Amino acid sequence: MKAVGIILAGGNSKRMKELSMKRAIAAMPIAGSYRSIDFALSNMTNSHIKKVGVFTQYNSRSLNEHLNSSKWWDFGRKQGGLFVFTPMITAENSDWYRGTADSIYQNLNFLKSSHEPYVIIASGDGVYKLDYSKVLEYHVAKKADITVVCKEMPAGTDVTRFGLVHTDIDGRITEFEEKPMVATSSLVSCGVYIVRRRQLIEMIEKCAEDDRYDFVTDILIRYKNVKRIYAYKMDGYWSNISSVDSYYKTNMDFLDKEIRDYFFRTYPEVYSKVDDNPPAKYNPGASVRNSLVSSGCIINGEIENSILFKKVYVGNNCVIKNSIVLNDVYIGDNTRIENCIVESRDTIKANMTYIGDPDNIKIVLEQNDRFVM
Amino acid sequence: MIKKEMIAMLLAGGQGSRLGVLTAKVAKPAVAFGGKYRIIDFPLSNCINSGIDTVGVLTQYQPLRLNTHIGIGIPWDLDRNVGGVTVLPPYEKSTNSEWYTGTANAIYQNINYIDVYNPDYVLILSGDHIYKMDYEVMLEFHKANNADLTIAAMPVPIEEASRFGIVITDENSRITEFEEKPANPRSNLASMGIYIFSWPVLKEALMKLSEQPGCDFGKHIIPYCHAKNDRIFAYEYNGYWKDVGTLGSYWEANMELIDIIPVFNLYEE
Repeated sequence: MKAVGIILAGGNSKRMKELSMKRAIAAMPIAGSYRSIDFALSNMTNSHIKKVGVFTQYNSRSLNEHLNSSKWWDFGRKQGGLFVFTPMITAENSDWYRGTADSIYQNLNFLKSSHEPYVIIASGDGVYKLDYSKVLEYHVAKKADITVVCKEMPAGTDVTRFGLVHTDIDGRITEFEEKPMVATSSLVSCGVYIVRRRQLIEMIEKCAEDDRYDFVTDILIRYKNVKRIYAYKMDGYWSNISSVDSYYKTNMDFLDKEIRDYFFRTYPEVYSKVDDNPPAKYNPGASVRNSLVSSGCIINGEIENSILFKKVYVGNNCVIKNSIVLNDVYIGDNTRIENCIVESRDTIKANMTYIGDPDNIKIVLEQNDRFVM
Repeated sequence: MIKKEMIAMLLAGGQGSRLGVLTAKVAKPAVAFGGKYRIIDFPLSNCINSGIDTVGVLTQYQPLRLNTHIGIGIPWDLDRNVGGVTVLPPYEKSTNSEWYTGTANAIYQNINYIDVYNPDYVLILSGDHIYKMDYEVMLEFHKANNADLTIAAMPVPIEEASRFGIVITDENSRITEFEEKPANPRSNLASMGIYIFSWPVLKEALMKLSEQPGCDFGKHIIPYCHAKNDRIFAYEYNGYWKDVGTLGSYWEANMELIDIIPVFNLYEE
């Protein structure tokens, strides 16, 4: 494909509460074995993009650990590859990334030294499958300057946390509102854009000259009457994990067979960094219903409607319902957990009870000493 | 010039007919094990965990599944610029082309491969054993004894000793005698089929016995070394080790993994 990829993965969201303390949003664990950036990276590789830059800033260590090799997404090639850009001090600049446009500006050489005619910009917090080459075809057919991937949300969804888009009959964007107070459209921006590379360089440079730093407000919204900005409507599942609620719901969606099969059983595949864990083990007291249990887990208790990430130990007579347990958690005997998200590497003592509310998911942080099993 | 202290040669060419239909389409080392592994994962992982980054895998019988599993060695970090994993099937030569006719013959036909790496020691492994072992410790033992050949051996119950190749050692662990499946075993130390040879010693033996039909380590090479009074030592190993070459032992080794605390515990760090 004639495009270079950019993944904006620098962000942090206060609405992720304690979950964002030790990781970037793009490194949020999803569906037992994945991290949210895996979806954008897999889409890139499945769209035959060979060169991808990932821009990180907030807690970049968590992402760097996951991106320790480009092999896992098949970017380990002589030509192209996976490049991670954290803010750096140069002769001209010693600022952090002050916004999405600024992060691209500070790494403009990456775009200038590429030869691909187009750029795909994606965010690291979307969970979806999309063939970007279809978007590019649309982009070319519409003779667009910028194409924004959009998703029609079902009626009743609270869309005020998204960028909302209005289009004319042809699909050209006439109005773009970022996180409006009152929703006036159900078409939301997925944070995925296609721009011609030279066009993008020009806009980003102009933006920096005016001391503007944000891609959405300072480019998309400012240029909407000047440039031909089009909306590409994607079908299929799309979810964005910017809050605890949306994070919880996105994970729980994978308990739905249809959604799970869409991601994991239909072409193309989703790739991730693979750990060498032994298979999940269910001891005599275990009872597991409608749950995802990842490799390295040892289960002695009862699990229902839950997602267990890698290497979770569940003690005897435990009951875990409607919950997400992140990786490397030890749960002592007789403990009850409902409607919770248990933070990774937690050690939970025996005989504890943690009950959240379906509308207000509880985050469990328990950094106790762990005794050898 | 390339120089590796020790390289491993992994014998993975056998049919494994005692595993019946399990090996009808795949070679024994590629048979699935323990829910997500293949048997060859264990010796390959042991190699990389012991600091050995050059492994030749000798294949012959039904290699397709084995080859795709090994690939370029990424899952074991054996994708290297120099060394790494190399699959070595039999190949045609200008004279005397033949299949691998025995375990030692397979090594003999790949002397060139080994010489490229100019090793001091060569580790010979089987592709049908389930165990975790640090070959580096075994190599230290080999060096400390100034040995020509070190054979890994483990104590087995004396009543089962007659199923194994038994080694008899003196007080310094030097092997004085071999007994192949003895009726009345005089020792309970069973050979595990894991050998460290000093390469010049092995090479000399392989050349010498090159005309030997079906040249085999147990039947020919080791007796030859023993006869010329080489320093042969037994390295005693006391961890978990299982030859899964029969349906019975294959079943047993798998089912042991579901014990509440398995003897062979893959979950501990």
